[in-house]
Amino acid sequence: MELGLEVDDSRRPYTVLAVKGEVDVYTAPRLREKLVELVSQGKHQIVVDLEGVDFLDSTGLGVLVGGLKRLRSHDGDLTLVCTHQRILKVFEITGLTKVFSIFGSVDQAVAE
Amino acid sequence: MQRALVLELDVPSSPEYIAIVRLVVASVASARRALADERVDDLKLAVSEACTNAIEANRVVHPDAPVHVEIWEATDRLEVTIEDSGLGFDPDKLEFPPPITDPERLNFERGLGIPLIRTLVDNAAFIRKDTGTCVRMTVFGGPTDGDDTGAIYMDMSSFADLPPL
Repeated sequence: MELGLEVDDSRRPYTVLAVKGEVDVYTAPRLREKLVELVSQGKHQIVVDLEGVDFLDSTGLGVLVGGLKRLRSHDGDLTLVCTHQRILKVFEITGLTKVFSIFGSVDQAVAE
Repeated sequence: MQRALVLELDVPSSPEYIAIVRLVVASVASARRALADERVDDLKLAVSEACTNAIEANRVVHPDAPVHVEIWEATDRLEVTIEDSGLGFDPDKLEFPPPITDPERLNFERGLGIPLIRTLVDNAAFIRKDTGTCVRMTVFGGPTDGDDTGAIYMDMSSFADLPPL
């Protein structure tokens, strides 16, 4: 099971990380490594595009919370793009819609 | 319909097998029960959370022990049980993350699995056994008109010796 992770640096100061596939305890470490790598490269405004994600569990949520914490400690931010109801529901149940800014498209996320 | 076993599955205590368990449970739920897609997605997520916990529990004390999955059905429900051989835990004494409004919330990356399970299925029971923990998750929904093919047993526990997926 592969997790797609594509980085788009063309929308400075934002870095867009497009995630594709299923995010669970098996694949989440790759997402964590990628976020750590981007932060260590000085990319502190990260938009995580979840439009290609078919499944996300609490391990994936934990990685995103960890990424947000890491970025905030650098005065940065991690925002999300997500319109799929089954993914949004996980954020709603856990109350994390109040922690993350969630947008309907990458264009909206980088316009903030 | 009396409560009947539909499927048993043993998988190695390794994270790459959780996707298979999700797929099997979702396929059985869709094929045999009149459940909306959204409910099947909820069950799939709850099963993933329970499997993640079971694998972590096994790895502490019995890393070679499989995670045992059973799917049961009755007239009005589908039940999925996920059983590990770990040390067990008290679900009522878990540490939950601080409220969302608390800045400390960002220090908690874990602890969301059990609350998710409880929210996503119609009933969740955490049963402590001498041999480990069994999580029983129930969703209510009548049967589809499919034929009864009898119980199926799948043993994937020896797959751990194979190359990764």
